[in-house]
Amino acid sequence: MKTENQRAWLLVLPVLVLVAFNALIPMMTVVNYSVQETFGDNLFFWQGLDWYEQILRSERFHAALGRQFLFTGLILVIEVPLGIAIALSMPRQGLWVPVCLVLMALPMLIPWNVVGAMWNIFTLPDIGLLGYFLNHTLGINYDMTQDPLAAWITIVTMDVWHWTSLVVLLAYAGLVSIPDAYYQAAKIDGASNWAVFRFIQLPKMKTVLTIAILLRFMDSFNIYTEPFVLTGGGPGNSTTLLSIDLVKMALGQFDLGPAAAMSLIYFAITLGVSWLFYTLMTKDDLN
Amino acid sequence: MTIELRNVTKRVGANLHIKETSLTLETGHFNVLLGETGSGKTSLIKLMAGLDPLASGQILMDGQDISKLNTQKRNISLVHQFFINYPHMTVFENIASPLKVAGMAKSEIQGRVEEAADILQLRPMLHRRPHELSGGQQQRTALARAIAKESRAVFLDEPLANLDYKLREELRDQLPELFAGRGAVVVYATSEPEEALLLGGMTALMHDGHVTQFGPTAEIYRKPANVISADVFSDPPINIGQITKQGTEAKLGDLIRWQLEGEAATLPDGPYTVAIRPNRVLPRRSESANVRLIGRVLVTELSGSESSAHFSFGNDNWVSLSAGVFPFRVGEEHEFFMEPAHCHYFGSDGNRVA
Repeated sequence: MKTENQRAWLLVLPVLVLVAFNALIPMMTVVNYSVQETFGDNLFFWQGLDWYEQILRSERFHAALGRQFLFTGLILVIEVPLGIAIALSMPRQGLWVPVCLVLMALPMLIPWNVVGAMWNIFTLPDIGLLGYFLNHTLGINYDMTQDPLAAWITIVTMDVWHWTSLVVLLAYAGLVSIPDAYYQAAKIDGASNWAVFRFIQLPKMKTVLTIAILLRFMDSFNIYTEPFVLTGGGPGNSTTLLSIDLVKMALGQFDLGPAAAMSLIYFAITLGVSWLFYTLMTKDDLN
Repeated sequence: MTIELRNVTKRVGANLHIKETSLTLETGHFNVLLGETGSGKTSLIKLMAGLDPLASGQILMDGQDISKLNTQKRNISLVHQFFINYPHMTVFENIASPLKVAGMAKSEIQGRVEEAADILQLRPMLHRRPHELSGGQQQRTALARAIAKESRAVFLDEPLANLDYKLREELRDQLPELFAGRGAVVVYATSEPEEALLLGGMTALMHDGHVTQFGPTAEIYRKPANVISADVFSDPPINIGQITKQGTEAKLGDLIRWQLEGEAATLPDGPYTVAIRPNRVLPRRSESANVRLIGRVLVTELSGSESSAHFSFGNDNWVSLSAGVFPFRVGEEHEFFMEPAHCHYFGSDGNRVA
C-alpha cells in the first residue's frame, strides 16, 4: 500500500528557498531587465526581444566575443599541455613532493585583483622589473599601454602564471592514483615512454583533465578582475573581453536593458560550450 | 631456456630484501616459489623481470648476462595477483598490446590473440572492456596476454590469490597445461603449500629473503633440508619439539619415548630437533601411530573430510590432522598418537640429520 500525501514538498522546501534567493530571483531580475527599457524612476517600457536582437547584431559584441574565444582558446592550449608536462615531471614520492605542491598552489592563493596589480607593476616599462629589463636592458620595445600585442602577451602570460597550477594539481592527482603495477605491465610489454603516456597515464588522467578543462574554460571565459586591473580593456578595445564590455555597458553607459540581454546571451554561450566540452570528452565512457 | 641467478641480492635502504641467492630455473615444468607473505617471492620475481635493480650478483638467461638489460628488452611476461589490464582497451587489444608494441603484422596478431583467447575461453569477450568482465575473466585476459606474447619467461605472482575458491581450482588445473610445450621458463609464486604440491615441478622454499631449499617438489616435501624449510612447506604448521637421543631411544619431555630406526638410530647421542607433520599425529592408536602424547585441546576445526585439533603438552603446541570427523572437546585432555617413522630429525644448526 502506498500512502500519498504532499509532505515531500516540505522536505525540499529549504533547498527551493535557497536556490530561489541564490539563483532564480537574481536571474529573473536580469530576465526582467532584458525585455524592458528603463530610464530610472522605476518606470519600465516593454521591449520584447529587441535588446537581444540588437546585441546579437552588434559588431561591438561580436568583437568582444571573438576576443573572448581567442583568449580562452590561447590559455587552454597553453595551460593544459603545460600543466600535464609539469605534473609528469613532478616527483611521486619523497621530500620534494610537499615542496612542489606548495609552490604550485601559491599563485592560486593570491587574490585576483592583486594578481592584476602585480603584473601591471611588474611590466611597467620604467619601473617594473620585467618592463625595465625588456625595454632598457634588452632594448625590446615593450609597453602594454601602447601596444595591443604586448597587452595580449601580458594577459595571457598572467593567466598562465596564475592558473596552470590548477591543471598541474589535478593532473598530478590523477597520476599518483595510477598503481605501479600498470607501469610494470607496460614495461614488460616493451612499451616506450610515449606509449606509457598515451595508453596508461592519459586515459587514467582523463576524468581529472575533463574537470580541469571545464573549470579553466568557465573561469577564463568569465574572467574580469585580472585583465580589468591590468589593462582596463586597452589599449583601445584590444583587450576588452566579454565581461569587461558588459560592465562598461551596464555601469558605464547605464544601458541596463541591453546589458541584461547581453548577460543572458553570455550565460547561454558559457553553458552551451561547457555542455559541448563535457559531452565530447565523456562520449567514450557512455558507450 | 634457463634463468640462472648467481649470488643476487636486493637492497632497499639499509635492508637486504633478498639475501645472497643462487638458483637455476628451467623450462619444461613449473618452478614454484613458496613462502609466506614478505618472504621475498615478489622481490625475486621483480629482480628477474628487471623491475628492480640488483644490489649485487648476476642474472643469466640462456647463459647470457641480462643483469643490465632493460625490462622492455627481456622478453618476459608477468601476471599479478591483482588483475592488471589496460582499462580503456578491449580484451582483444589487451592481449594484442605486447605484440603491437613489438611491431608484429596485423594478421599474425589476429591469429595469436585468437589462439590465446580460445585456450582461455575468452572468444565471446574479445570486444568487451576489462570492467565488464568478472575477476576470473580479467585474470584469464592477463594470462592470455602472457601466452600470446610467447615470451622467454613467464612470472605468475600469486595469480589465483584474488579469485574465489571454485575458479581458483579450475584455473589451477588448467595452468600447467597452458604453458606446457611453450618453451618458456614458468615461475609461479604462492603462499600455499598445497598449490606447490598440486603444480608439481620444482619448488624453491623462501623465508626471510632467501631460498632455504630448492628441488623437485615431492622430494623436498618428503625430505626438508632444515627446520625452516619443513615449516615453510607445511599447512597447518609442522609440529616441532626438542628431543634427547640416548642409545636408540628418543626422549621428548619427560614421558614420551620411542625407538629410533634407520639413519636416526646411528646418530651420536645428544639433543636434536624433531619435526612431524600434523597428519602424522592422530587421535587414534594404530600399528604405525603408536607413540602416545597426552595434550590439552585448545582449538578444533572440522571440515567435511578432516578434523584438526591444536593441543598443548609440556611447553609445545602441536596440531593433529586426521581424516573424518572426530569429536574433540576443547579444554579437555586427549590422547594423540604419532607415527615415529615419519619424524624428521635436525641437528642443533637446524640442518637435517635423518
